[in-house]
Amino acid sequence: MPEAVRSALAIAGKDLRLEFRTRTGLLSAFVFAVLTLLVFNFSRDQSLISTTDLAPSALWITVAFGAVVAMNRAFIIEKEQGAIDALLLAPVPRGAIYWGKFLANLAFVGLVEALTLPLFVLFFNVPLGPALPGVVLTLVLATIGFVAVGTILSAMVVRTRFAELMLPVLILPFMVPPLIGAVQVTARLLGGRPLTEVLGWLRLLGTYDVVFVTLCTLAFSAVVDE
Amino acid sequence: MTPLPAAGPIIRAGRLLTVLGLLGMAVVYLLALAHTPVEARQGLAQKIFYVHAPAAWGALIAFVLVGIASLLYLWLHDPRLDLFAEASAEVGLAFSAVMLTTGPIWGKPIWGTWWTWDARLTLTLFLFLLFLGYLTLRAAVRDPVERARFSAVLGIMALVLVPFIHLSVYLFRTLHPQPILLKPSRPSLPPAMLRTLLVSMGTYTVLYLGFVTLRYGIGLRRAALLREADDA
Repeated sequence: MPEAVRSALAIAGKDLRLEFRTRTGLLSAFVFAVLTLLVFNFSRDQSLISTTDLAPSALWITVAFGAVVAMNRAFIIEKEQGAIDALLLAPVPRGAIYWGKFLANLAFVGLVEALTLPLFVLFFNVPLGPALPGVVLTLVLATIGFVAVGTILSAMVVRTRFAELMLPVLILPFMVPPLIGAVQVTARLLGGRPLTEVLGWLRLLGTYDVVFVTLCTLAFSAVVDE
Repeated sequence: MTPLPAAGPIIRAGRLLTVLGLLGMAVVYLLALAHTPVEARQGLAQKIFYVHAPAAWGALIAFVLVGIASLLYLWLHDPRLDLFAEASAEVGLAFSAVMLTTGPIWGKPIWGTWWTWDARLTLTLFLFLLFLGYLTLRAAVRDPVERARFSAVLGIMALVLVPFIHLSVYLFRTLHPQPILLKPSRPSLPPAMLRTLLVSMGTYTVLYLGFVTLRYGIGLRRAALLREADDA
């Protein structure tokens, strides 16, 4: 295994170990996601808007908000006690540090999504069964894209004033293309349409992932190098 | 530290260009009101097009130049590029605000609604918000070199985001009038209207240059003062 990959995995492993030992981040992101889902249930007249009409947007807004909350912590834990300086002094390529953080965020956000999805099915009573593989694929594709962007943005905002407020302001425009695509795909799949009908959107999501993962990997050194 | 050019002549040049642009605006208004015919179906409401489309054009130039200056900054580390990107983003914010306010004024009589969640409208709103986010980030970072690096990264990412926004527009159903100037076939606009539109776009380009030069000069002056304060 190349050195850079091992370094990236080591950094991701460290972050996830930290997370599982304290569990505060994961728990609060998950509870936040559940609360968002619950609020959605009260935000409509049930006799006018059917759950299946509301379901795709409810799922994706919950995922987006949960992800923003989850990604905020990626570099905050490094800021405490100046751990980021030690990380940057380590003889590891910048790209590997980015990938370590990116993979940890991906696992973290993915876990929050995996916990939220069953509750979504339960609360919204959607017939997910046959659409499940397509919805999971969409979740994966959309999540990779905005986590890639969120990771680099969270490395920046942690150095600013009002960091927690700054991340949502910066990342939401970048979430728009993945979210539009994901909502469109989810709505069609939940409506029983075949996967072939949404291939265009899936390709767009995939392209977004490739482009932004590459760009953020390259740009990361500009963010952290003094 | 890279020496910065003197701000005085740049500010004067910016003033001159701005005055020229404002005179051009007067010409555009005259042309739009007296020279162009009244559009058959939209009536007088269509006149706002001569302000709306060029403002969108100005916002687009501003946006692209922020991205290019950002890219060059990461390569050359020249603080002038960063100051230019800052100036361009501020002017772009103003132009996109014009685009977003003139649009609904036209939309009310023609579409019957001030705002609709049409793809292009939604996404130009996000363009405006990207400018706003970019400037918010700049305001939140104190160290000038760090600010330049962060905003350059964001500027490049935003530039890369635009094609995705554009693609989403075409995949999403849209109400917005389709492009009439920059399209594969010939522009589908009567000559008088086309002339006025082109004059207006030229005027907005001059205005963009004037505003940006002026703002760039102010940025230079501010940076020089900050350096003096640091040295003292």
